Formats: sequence, structure tokens, C-alpha cells
Amino acid sequence: MLAKVQTWWTFFLIAVNERLVYRGDFMLGTLMRFLPTLTQIFLWWAIYDVISSRPDESLDGKIAGYRYGDMVAYYLMVTITRAFSSMPGLTSGVARSIRSGEVKKFLIQPVDMIGCLLVQRVAHKLVYYFIAALPFTLVFFLCRGFFLNGWPAPEEMLVFFLSLLLSFLLGFFIEICLGLVSFWFLEVASLGFIYMLLNFLLSGHMFPLELLPESPVNLRAAVDWLPLKYLAYFSAAVFLGKLSSEEMWRGLAIEAVWVLFFIVLARWMWSRGVRRYSAYGG
Amino acid sequence: MSIIEIRDLRKSYRVYQKREGVWASVQGLFHREYREVEAVRGINLQVEQGEFVAFLGPNGAGKTTTLKLLSGVINPSSGQATVMGFVPWERSNEYRRRFALVMGQKNQLWWDLPAADSFRLHQHIYRLEADQFKRTVDELADLLDVQKLLTRPVRELSLGERMKMELIAALLHSPEVLFLDEPTIGLDVIAQHKIQQFLKHYQQVRRITILLTSHYMKDIAALCQRVVVIAGGLIQYDGSLSGIIDQFSSDKIVTLQLGKDEDFAGLEKFPGIVELQPPKFKFRVGRDDVAKTLGPLLATKQIDDIVVEDPPLEEVIAAVFTKANADSEASAQASK
Repeated sequence: MLAKVQTWWTFFLIAVNERLVYRGDFMLGTLMRFLPTLTQIFLWWAIYDVISSRPDESLDGKIAGYRYGDMVAYYLMVTITRAFSSMPGLTSGVARSIRSGEVKKFLIQPVDMIGCLLVQRVAHKLVYYFIAALPFTLVFFLCRGFFLNGWPAPEEMLVFFLSLLLSFLLGFFIEICLGLVSFWFLEVASLGFIYMLLNFLLSGHMFPLELLPESPVNLRAAVDWLPLKYLAYFSAAVFLGKLSSEEMWRGLAIEAVWVLFFIVLARWMWSRGVRRYSAYGG
Repeated sequence: MSIIEIRDLRKSYRVYQKREGVWASVQGLFHREYREVEAVRGINLQVEQGEFVAFLGPNGAGKTTTLKLLSGVINPSSGQATVMGFVPWERSNEYRRRFALVMGQKNQLWWDLPAADSFRLHQHIYRLEADQFKRTVDELADLLDVQKLLTRPVRELSLGERMKMELIAALLHSPEVLFLDEPTIGLDVIAQHKIQQFLKHYQQVRRITILLTSHYMKDIAALCQRVVVIAGGLIQYDGSLSGIIDQFSSDKIVTLQLGKDEDFAGLEKFPGIVELQPPKFKFRVGRDDVAKTLGPLLATKQIDDIVVEDPPLEEVIAAVFTKANADSEASAQASK
């Protein structure tokens, strides 16, 4: 047990070192992260401008319950959630190592691939947060006026942090599963693309999920049961006080179940994949 | 009991067959034809502890497949094998701590970090004691002359230097059995030589068992007492390197140096001429006929020098490969 912890710890330190090699790239990447958010903020600014010029009592200057400030705050919070749940290069990395045969390393050496990648990813993320903390703080300080409700209550704060942790695990294990598909189909780029598209639409990445249609298909209700919303929308909604206490805890429970599901799925796919790999490929 | 025991080991792959052209590709979407490729077709082999065995064979002969089977990367289609009493494809951690596989074209070091970091990782993966680990790294780095390169990012190393680091990484846990797949591929003569020297020394000191595949006859001549020729998925020969010539070649090459004023007329009709360039005359003759052929020549011509030698090893082995490939194709045809 202790030996195992030590192995992972060394893995972690080495991954941190490796990441620091790319710190310049990181700095730039962090700033770029806010660019799409900025365009969305301008878009909504224009939309709210139109609404306010045509006063409609029923709207009360809100869209789907969001005032302009709420909308901006929502996008900023989504940026935070996505900093946890997005896994750049994970699916393609797994696919590449299977295709190129690098995966052999994990069959030959007494070390677990998924564990390895997880520790590596934690290291990458921590380095990223460390470097990104400054630009993030700056942006949020400048935008503090948009958070119309101020800081969330302690309970919301707690659920928010738990949901961030779970969203990291969820994003990680979903992408691992996608990558492991490579054991069966050599090319998974299109699969990754579909995932990205669904993610854009149904996770709340592009717009708050309140804007999803309720008819003819009630997408609005359906996304509650899909894993995607926990990659972006959920944490932001919790932070902004959009959910009741019951809704928050129920959401967190659903998220945890999805995490568990994808952990089990990834394990199962790995063992089946390796069996197939050693039967056909190699 | 032998350290490596292989009994009737077979491995066949299913390969997707695609005919040429766009239409065939479209058809391939709905209906795929597969072909069984038998990479290893029934290998029996025993290797004793401390042996240094070379696998020799053309590309696609089944050498690498055999090493992959023995290191547990792939499962066999049938047959058995044990290494140190373990069945490799069960991939038990206990087994995996006791062997190593080095592939010349595959990288197991971290690209952007110094090799020393990758070594430290191996220290923990293989649970090595800190001081023992440090001693091993120092010793191996000294032997391979790479002490100064340990802290340089791997991506900045030359191919030869990287290969040396790969070897160190593979040997850190003092494996009892080592599989080397083309360890000197793409290296220059100096690096090749250095690695040969190292392997030879290391094997002699540690008395570990090594299986090596290589295309370079020099690697094999320098290192291995025992050569296993694999071609067409079968073992064609198992014995010493020089024995290959005895078994597969019945010819000798005779080179004569004729006297200055000697007349070359008539010699061009001689059977088996390899080279006729006065004053040199080189020809090939059956081993048993050497004396019979040389007799009359010596009687009629003035000859300054005679050399009788075996044909070059590469040539003999190439002939063995060609024959084996033809055989395996014939038997594949027959089984259809």
C-alpha cells in the first residue's frame, strides 16, 4: 500500500515537472480561454439591449430568469467548471497510445494505465490552476459587479466545491472511455467530435440549460439525467443560487452515480480491450 | 527445468483484406474479408538459465511476435510457454517485476524530461531500495558512458544515447530474463559496438538470460553462442552461428592467385566462377570436390596463392530465409 502511494506520488511529481516545461504555453492558453467568453458576453449584451428597448412586462429584463449580470456571471462560472471538467488531449492521447502500441508499456510493467493517467491529469490541472490563478483572479475582480447576488451561502459553496471535484472525475472517465474505444475501432476522432458537439449543446457550455426547449421533446428535463450537464451547467447554477437545496443534493447524487458508472465502464473496457488487443493486435 | 520453455506455440492474426479501388472500399463498409496470418506456426524451444540466444530471421518471420508472446503482450492462439515458471500472458505482477523487454523502435522514457526522472519512476514502479537503485544507475551509466547525460531532457539526446537510456531503464530492476528486440536498429557503428560491449559484459557478470533479435550479423556474432533461425513462423535452425554454414551450405569459395605470366585463356569456361580478374581467379565448388578440382589446376598452372573459405554467412542465411519463405507459402497454399 505504502509502496503504491509512493509510486503515484513520484508519478505526480514527474508529471508536474513535465507540465512546467510548457508553462509559457499555459499562460497564453489561460488568457485565450476567456476570449470565447468575451464574445458571448458581447452577444448577450446586444440581446439584452434589444429587450430593454422594447419593454415587455412579462420579461422584466430577464431571459429564462437571467438578468444581464446573471448571464455574464454564468459564463464566468462555466469557465471555472470547465477548467475542472475539460480534458484537452486525453481521448486522442489514449487513442494514440493504443494505435502506436505504446500501451504495451502498461502490459509489460507492473503499473496501471488509468491510474497513471489520472495522477498525471491531476498534476496537470494543479499546475494549470497555479499558473492560471492570477489571470483568473484579475478577470473575476474586474467582473465582480456582474455577480448581482454576491457570494453564495455556505451550503451552496460546499456543494459547488464537491461538484467541481466530481466534474473533474466525470470529464476524466468519460474521455478515458472514449479513448479506450480505440481497442475496437482505430479511429476515434469522430467520436470525440460528437462528444464535443453534444458537450457544447447539452452541458451548458454555450448557453444556460434553461434555454433548452421543453417541446416537442422535453430536452430541458432530459438533460437532468444525462451526465453532460455536470460538466458545465450544474456547478455554475449552484454557485449562482439557481437551485434549491433539494435540487442541489439530488444533482450531486446523480453526478456521483455517473462518475461511478464511468469508472466501472472504463475498468471493464480496459480489461476487455486488453484481452482483444493481445488476441489480435500487439 | 529450463528457464524458458516453449511448447508448440502458435499465433495467428486476423487481417482485414481489402482489394484495390474505391468500390472495394465501399464494399468493405458492409462486408469485410479477413485472412488468417500465421505469424508463429508451432515453435518448440528450451532456453537454459544464463544463455544468450539470438533470434535470426527476415522481416515478418515471427521473431517479434515470439518476444511479444514471451513478455505477455499478446496471447497465443494455442500452445504453451513458461518463463521462470510463469505463464507470460497471465501478466502477474510477480512475473512483470522479473523480466524486461526493450524494443529498439519504442520509447518508454518521458520525452520532455531527463532520463533520471524516468529512472526514478521505475524505482517506485519496481519497488527498488533507494541506495540499491542509486548504485545500479551509477554502475549502468558508467558502463554506458552516459553519466553526464542523465539530467538532459530525453528529446535532446541522440538516437544512440537514447537507446542507452532505454537499456538502463530496462535493467534497473535487475531482470533475470531480458528480451531485446532490435536494440541497435538505426544506430551508427560506434554506438552499436558500445551497446554490444555493454550487453556482453553485463550478461557475463550477471549471468542473466537474454533473447535478442537483430538484423545485424555483427551483433549476433559478437554476443550469442546460440542462434535460432526463424523464418515462415517456424524454427529452421538451432545451434551455433558457424554451424549454420555447415548445415546449409555445401560449397566452398576458392580464390587463386596465378603467376604473372600465366595464361588465363580457357578459365572462363570453368564452372561456378565468382570472379575472374587476372591475376585473381575466384570460384565456387562443392565442399567434397575441392581437392578434385584443385589437383589439375595445380598441375597445369603456376599458382602463387590459394585461399579456400566458407561462403559469407549473410549469403548462407539469405538462402535459408528464401527457402523457408517459399516453403511456408507453399504450405499456406496447400492448406487453402
